[in-house]
Amino acid sequence: MTEIFWLIPFVPALSTLILALFGTKLPKKYVSYQACLAVFGSFVISVISFLSLLQVSHESYPLVKNLFSWISSGSFNVNLSLQLDPLSAVMAMVVSGVGFIIHIYSVGYMAKDEGYTRYFTYLNLFMFAMLLLVMASNVVLMFVGWEGVGLCSYLLIGFWFEKHSAASAGKKAFIVNRIGDAGFLLGIMFIFIYIGSGEFTAINAAIGGGAITQGLATLIAILLFVGATGKSAQIPLYIWLPDAMEGPTPVSALIHAATMVTAGVYMVARMNLLYALSGTAAQIVAIVGAVTAVYAATMALTQNDIKRVLAYSTISQIGYMFIGCGVGAYAAGMFHLYTHAFFKSLLFLAAGSVMHALSGELNMKKMGGLRKYLPLTYPTFLIGAIAIAGIPFFSGFFSKDAILTAAYANGYYFVWGLGILGAVLTAFYMFRLIFLTFHGQERLDPKVKEHIHESPPVMTIPLVILAFFSIIAGFVGLPVVLGKKLNFFGHFLEPVLRGGHETHISHDLEWILIGISVGVALLGIIIAWFFYIKAPRIPERIRERFPRIYKLLYNKYYIDEIYNAAFVNPTVRGSEKIYDHFDLKVIDGAVNGTAKVTGFSGKILSYFQSGLIKDYALIFLLGVIIFIGYLIIF
Amino acid sequence: MIPPNYFLILSIILFVLGVIAFFIKKDLLTMFMAVEVMLNATNLAFLSLARSANSIDGQVIVFFIITVAASEAAVGLAIILLVLRQKKTIKTEDIKLMKG
Amino acid sequence: MNFPILSVVTFLPLAGAILLIFINKKKENHLRYIALGITLLTFIISLFLYFNFNSSTSDPQFVEKSVWLGYGIKYHMGIDGISLFLVLLTTFLMPITILSSWTYIKKRTKEYLIFMLMLETGIIGVFVALNLFLFYVFWEAMLIPMYFLIGVWGGHRKIYATIKYVLFTMVGSLLMLVAIFYLYSAYYKATGTYSLNLFDFYNMSLSPGIQIWLFLAFALAFAIKVPMFPFHTWLPDAHVEAPTAGSVILAAVLLKMGAYGFLRFALPLFPSAVIKFLPFLAVLSLIGIIYGGMMALIQKDVKSLVAYSSVSHMGLIMLAIFSLNTEAMEGAIYQMLNHGLSTGALFLAVGILYERSHTRLIKDYGGVSKKMPVFAAFFLIFMLSSVGLPGLNGFIGEVLCIFGIFKANKIFAILAVTTVILAAGYLFWMFQRVMHGPITNDKVQSFKDLNKREIAYLVPIVIMMFWMGIFPNMFLRKMDSSVTHLLNMVNTKKATISQTQKGEDLLVKIDDHALEEKNKEKEEQTR
Repeated sequence: MTEIFWLIPFVPALSTLILALFGTKLPKKYVSYQACLAVFGSFVISVISFLSLLQVSHESYPLVKNLFSWISSGSFNVNLSLQLDPLSAVMAMVVSGVGFIIHIYSVGYMAKDEGYTRYFTYLNLFMFAMLLLVMASNVVLMFVGWEGVGLCSYLLIGFWFEKHSAASAGKKAFIVNRIGDAGFLLGIMFIFIYIGSGEFTAINAAIGGGAITQGLATLIAILLFVGATGKSAQIPLYIWLPDAMEGPTPVSALIHAATMVTAGVYMVARMNLLYALSGTAAQIVAIVGAVTAVYAATMALTQNDIKRVLAYSTISQIGYMFIGCGVGAYAAGMFHLYTHAFFKSLLFLAAGSVMHALSGELNMKKMGGLRKYLPLTYPTFLIGAIAIAGIPFFSGFFSKDAILTAAYANGYYFVWGLGILGAVLTAFYMFRLIFLTFHGQERLDPKVKEHIHESPPVMTIPLVILAFFSIIAGFVGLPVVLGKKLNFFGHFLEPVLRGGHETHISHDLEWILIGISVGVALLGIIIAWFFYIKAPRIPERIRERFPRIYKLLYNKYYIDEIYNAAFVNPTVRGSEKIYDHFDLKVIDGAVNGTAKVTGFSGKILSYFQSGLIKDYALIFLLGVIIFIGYLIIF
Repeated sequence: MIPPNYFLILSIILFVLGVIAFFIKKDLLTMFMAVEVMLNATNLAFLSLARSANSIDGQVIVFFIITVAASEAAVGLAIILLVLRQKKTIKTEDIKLMKG
Repeated sequence: MNFPILSVVTFLPLAGAILLIFINKKKENHLRYIALGITLLTFIISLFLYFNFNSSTSDPQFVEKSVWLGYGIKYHMGIDGISLFLVLLTTFLMPITILSSWTYIKKRTKEYLIFMLMLETGIIGVFVALNLFLFYVFWEAMLIPMYFLIGVWGGHRKIYATIKYVLFTMVGSLLMLVAIFYLYSAYYKATGTYSLNLFDFYNMSLSPGIQIWLFLAFALAFAIKVPMFPFHTWLPDAHVEAPTAGSVILAAVLLKMGAYGFLRFALPLFPSAVIKFLPFLAVLSLIGIIYGGMMALIQKDVKSLVAYSSVSHMGLIMLAIFSLNTEAMEGAIYQMLNHGLSTGALFLAVGILYERSHTRLIKDYGGVSKKMPVFAAFFLIFMLSSVGLPGLNGFIGEVLCIFGIFKANKIFAILAVTTVILAAGYLFWMFQRVMHGPITNDKVQSFKDLNKREIAYLVPIVIMMFWMGIFPNMFLRKMDSSVTHLLNMVNTKKATISQTQKGEDLLVKIDDHALEEKNKEKEEQTR
């Protein structure tokens, strides 16, 4: 039974193939059943594999299933092989589990779309690529999944391609991801050159055996992290994620919140020995994560688009995961990935439910007081918000606290400080979102109000399930202060995450840290309540008081514009200049110039062709005379 | 026996006359005849030298030249006739088809 | 092997062309079916080459050798792991191009088909010839049908494009002819026998000074064909003006002849000159990669965009070839096949659009996906194959090339990786403008999706793309021994050179050495 884990990615792959080839001819109902069942199949196999993994001793990790030799040329050998170890088992379960719930939700959400089959084909393809990324036993295969999810992301962001904004958002996502992927690819090249194999076991063995130096480890780790900043939307390559909200909302939930964007975190955790060896690279990861966490949160403060707020929130939360990985608490980072998958997909799906109710309205300024119209969406959204804000006993609290505690304990006080600041902002913008959407005055468009309705059960049941997990998911990883054995999650992952290091701090200190993080979360909520319920004029006044800062935040620090001015436009303009002045004028000019010189000399010579026989004969005669004269004289 | 030099001198005279005629005359037909004269001048040179050198080669070449001249005359006259029909003239200064 | 399979594969299309001459030109469908049948038959016969290919030897296989004109001019054919797949690529694409021009070509169908079949003979001949004379004959013969294909069935600037193309190619190949003559006479002087056999030349050692000139002559011919920067400007013009099938063949196969020429002739014949020029050529290739990508980014015409993307891709292939290691070499050959498939397919896709709207400008399209969903799927796959998405063929070649380049020179590899970003940039941007967004052009509104014939010729390409992406070893293994042998030939010379060299300029040193010996001889004589 332990062997069947290799089927996990291939069940959705088969489904994709069937849908791609015959999808248009199949009835809608069949398409939905097949797509959902394929993912459910993966989930069941993941659970079975997980259970079987518990019975295997730690020494035999990872279980590797080698399917066939994929590429082999000279010293470049890559197998198509999958592996199962605690890390990939957890990821596979999260991905297929959340994926399954979102598939079901999509059945309702996309019911009236004409691209229904296409949508599920892409979604199944995504599941395949993501599970391949997770289960791959070597970096190249991981890269296959890595690029594959990028492609699906492109396809699904641009799903409504008739919309200009959707099409260009998809393109932007793909190209920005490609920049990261180029770095990742170079990292792979370094690994192959210096380690000679891309298998994770071989890489870990090489690191353990001291085959690579610290400097090299740093170089590889940073190159791989460049890929991670692209995929996981961190500074400086985060710009594609907010635009990615052009896609259907379930896609935002699945790809741009729960699974794909966390691939970078998974990759760093997978390579934990490398990052641990390097040290410097781990610090960079932590700092990038911390800065992103705060930076993205500040941008979420002023957005009015409900999905964009969630998008910036995702960027910020992934920053937290990177903090966890960077400070050496890989298990905590993974733990946050796991809880975040639940509550963030919940938030997105609930936002989707709101949109569904309001005929696609996204602007929070045109909402308000929705609480009574959406009796199921509101409480589930609230649960998600509480979980992300870090209120005790909800899942987000445990994971965020684990990360911040580890950051403090391992001496990253600066990072910890940023994390706390981010926590205030998170609680604030989430509750701003809640208050603007569900509380206060109704600012609805009258036309929209006529059609307002709660979503069908096929959409609300997934919300309830996810809400349930958002509450309880955290209990598998209780803080160390309550007893070391209670952190099941950390223990389970320990054999894989050997690069992590823990510094023990006194219980008192730990209680204080927990207290601070709870305190700041509450503070954020209270400020939000004060600003948007108690005294709704305060935000206005702040805006008037600091127009520059507000404008800066509202326009997302003008980063898109800066990137356009600094990279995109110079490349395009420069290329145009080179094309006009060099390609057409210099190179082609040289070619055409040669032709012109030839033509010109021909023209000059043609003057000797008078067309009169006499002239020719005269020249002929002269030639003969000269020739004979030459013969006579010499 | 008449020494071959006499024949050669006659041949040269004929050739030069041909050349002069070629340059002086303006209509194609006369120029064509001048060419024939030149050809026959060379024939005479060949024959006399062949005779004096006691070799058959020169005579063979003469036969070649005669054949070529015959066919050339046929083709040439045909061309001149056609030119006359099309251009209504055979004056060389009026025909400049090959002007570059 | 008594059955002359290579001759059959090479000359069957020519026989078909002769057959077509005798068919009434009004019966266009008969003509098309016959041409299609012939090319399909050629393909099926050529499959036999693949299945009976012995991958354990680097010697040429299916060899045919017989006396032809004397003086060393022999009829000598054979294939090895390098040329095998190029022959197969040609025979595979030929039926597809015939199908693609079924309704595209509206005038002089008969002549068109005859030229296409002649072209196939010429191309295959180039890849199988082992006698330099035979090679040169095919090399030049292939130009004639191409000249007419662009010149007669091309766009409105066809004459300019045709003449440019032919002149560019002729300049290179005439110098090559001179070099071939030199080799011929040098061999005669050295051995007293006439030979134009490639393998005889392999064993001949030339002085480094001579090698430089000969190499330059060969390299120019091939570099123009590839085309390497800065000899690339004929390519966009020729591509833009050529009919779809012409573009497909031009991109897919004709450009490969340049790279093949480097592999087969320039590298093994003149190793010491290669070492000397290696950095220079590598830099040119690198410029080609980035330059081609940047130029592709801003093209307004879809066809010239794809043409410049070819410049970029071929740059990567050339850089890999000049890296001189197994991975890069196999990657380069693999990438040649990939580029043949993906760029050929992209031209087919552009051709399908052109047939519907008679414009190639990007701005005239938009929202095509809505009207042609099946076509959109195909176009997307072709594009992904071209950008090297894993799971499709392009990735294998790209990753092997980059790995090989990396092994040879890290800086070059880092710069070459920009192709990953640039390719995504220009292709996805073009795709967005052509296929996505709202429909702005009325013509697009009336587009019909692919018909059965169009699907029929696109499906095999897609299957091959996946096949080559998932099971590359089926192809790579056949190349192994030939590539190893080729590298041995170059590297052993390289090794001996670097032993004698010890950091100084080798060529000068060898020449000095020869001079010293001559001087000594003279001194002895005078004594």
